[in-house]
Amino acid sequence: MKDWLLQLQKVSKIFGGIHALSEVSCTVPRGEIVGIIGPNGAGKTTLFNVITGAYLADSGNVLLDDQFVTNWAPYRIVRSGIARTFQNIRLFPSMTVWEHLLVAQQHSGSIFRRLLPTAWADPAACERAEEVLDFFDLTAVRDREARSLPYGIQRRVEMARAVTMKPKLLLLDEPVAGMNQEEAENIRQLMLRLRETGLAILLIEHDMNFVMNLCSYLYVLDFGILIAEGSPTEVRNNPVVLDAYLGQDADA
Amino acid sequence: MLLQQLVNGLTLGAVYTLLALSFSLVMGILGILNLAIAELFMIGGYIGFAAIGANLPLPVALVAGMIGGALISAVIEKLGYEPLRDAPVVTPMLSTLGFSIILQNVAINLWGSDPLQLPDQYLGGQLQFGWFTIGKMQLTVLVATVLLVAIVAFIVQKTSTGRALRAVAENREVARLLGVSANRLVLFAFMLSGSLAGAAGVLISLHYAAITPYVGVEVGLKAIAVMVVGGSTRIWGALVAGPLIGLAEVMTVAYGGSQIRDFVVYGLMILILLLRPQGLLGGAQIDRGQRV
Repeated sequence: MKDWLLQLQKVSKIFGGIHALSEVSCTVPRGEIVGIIGPNGAGKTTLFNVITGAYLADSGNVLLDDQFVTNWAPYRIVRSGIARTFQNIRLFPSMTVWEHLLVAQQHSGSIFRRLLPTAWADPAACERAEEVLDFFDLTAVRDREARSLPYGIQRRVEMARAVTMKPKLLLLDEPVAGMNQEEAENIRQLMLRLRETGLAILLIEHDMNFVMNLCSYLYVLDFGILIAEGSPTEVRNNPVVLDAYLGQDADA
Repeated sequence: MLLQQLVNGLTLGAVYTLLALSFSLVMGILGILNLAIAELFMIGGYIGFAAIGANLPLPVALVAGMIGGALISAVIEKLGYEPLRDAPVVTPMLSTLGFSIILQNVAINLWGSDPLQLPDQYLGGQLQFGWFTIGKMQLTVLVATVLLVAIVAFIVQKTSTGRALRAVAENREVARLLGVSANRLVLFAFMLSGSLAGAAGVLISLHYAAITPYVGVEVGLKAIAVMVVGGSTRIWGALVAGPLIGLAEVMTVAYGGSQIRDFVVYGLMILILLLRPQGLLGGAQIDRGQRV
């Protein structure tokens, strides 16, 4: 049996009678990159919101490391090891890159310790932030405010902020949306390097080509239903998948 | 004469600055106007009077006022804000209005509605600097304000708690996802804000050597004006707007007469807001974090 990090068992989410997710089951093995693809409105982001506790699942289970984390409060799920990024970047506009990496490390220190300069009170946090800054090649923009950074770099900062928390699983919601070829390739390389560190990644992507050489396994979601799964090659040649994508294109 | 008025204006402006910072700490993080701050300021003044009356040194009076303000503010947060945090913003604002009226009522019953005054010997002497003099109390107000603002700036900018406060102010939902404990922070923000209001109350009551239960409304309203003029999305706006409004007020009284004081002060506020609706240091709306 494989070493599953994340398991979803028949997760359903209903919004006012509409089945946003219908009994979706999927798994992410430790240290691998798994993709969820599907047309717009297929329920991909809803799935992320259920995993991270932003939405409550109406039925089904979410397990991380064989522990049930279904419908836990978002901060508990983060602490248990799932960090995410957002489809529309959500940074703190007037905080610097460095501050983003520190604020992501909220240790439950005493109130007095937390009122001292972080460099004295928590050198470990500074060390971790330094390490991540270096990994994501953000040292040059360390003291820039988030809002003054180009879009591509903002995406990297958001990923870096999530990684700073030392998650076991990273959820990336369309990390290359709106990027040019070069920027997208940059992010792809980053993801491969993150995988080498042992981090598992669950990736939402709209563009099938991007996930082809990246993911070890793919799930295809359409109207809240898993319509196919398998290796990228299997999925690419699956007539049901082609239908979902082509059908959507024909409508568009 | 002019220099003397400048010093007077800066002294008053310093107190407005402290109180405006107190308002904007809560406003910036929660988006609500804690109206009880004006009365925390008044209570701080009475605590300062009581401490000086008991022959305690001035720093002790200041700290007592700050602790008093912080504790009452914590009670307001627990009873008047936390149970209502999911209600529309006007609801907790009304509950703070309720607290402010209660606090004023308590003060009237405890200390009477007539002004209390300190005998002259507490006012301290005058220091002579070449061609102008500065009251020791004025100097105390200015130094204490600079110190307190520096401490707040340090907490907000350099410490883990301060960063978490700013993160909550910019995007509460994401801050929570990062493990920031919003409840503890909100309580902390209320207490920090309350301690500033208490300090401002001690300083102004000792400066004027007089206090009434009604001082909170008048000065509190000006502090709100200072916060808005400075830019309510940027807490440091108060540092510019406080001295500005203080100077405008003192100059008007000195050269125009006290009957047009409020006309000039609030007229200036409206004028500034017409020219810069976001306040002097306020950023544009798009700079703010998304609120989901």
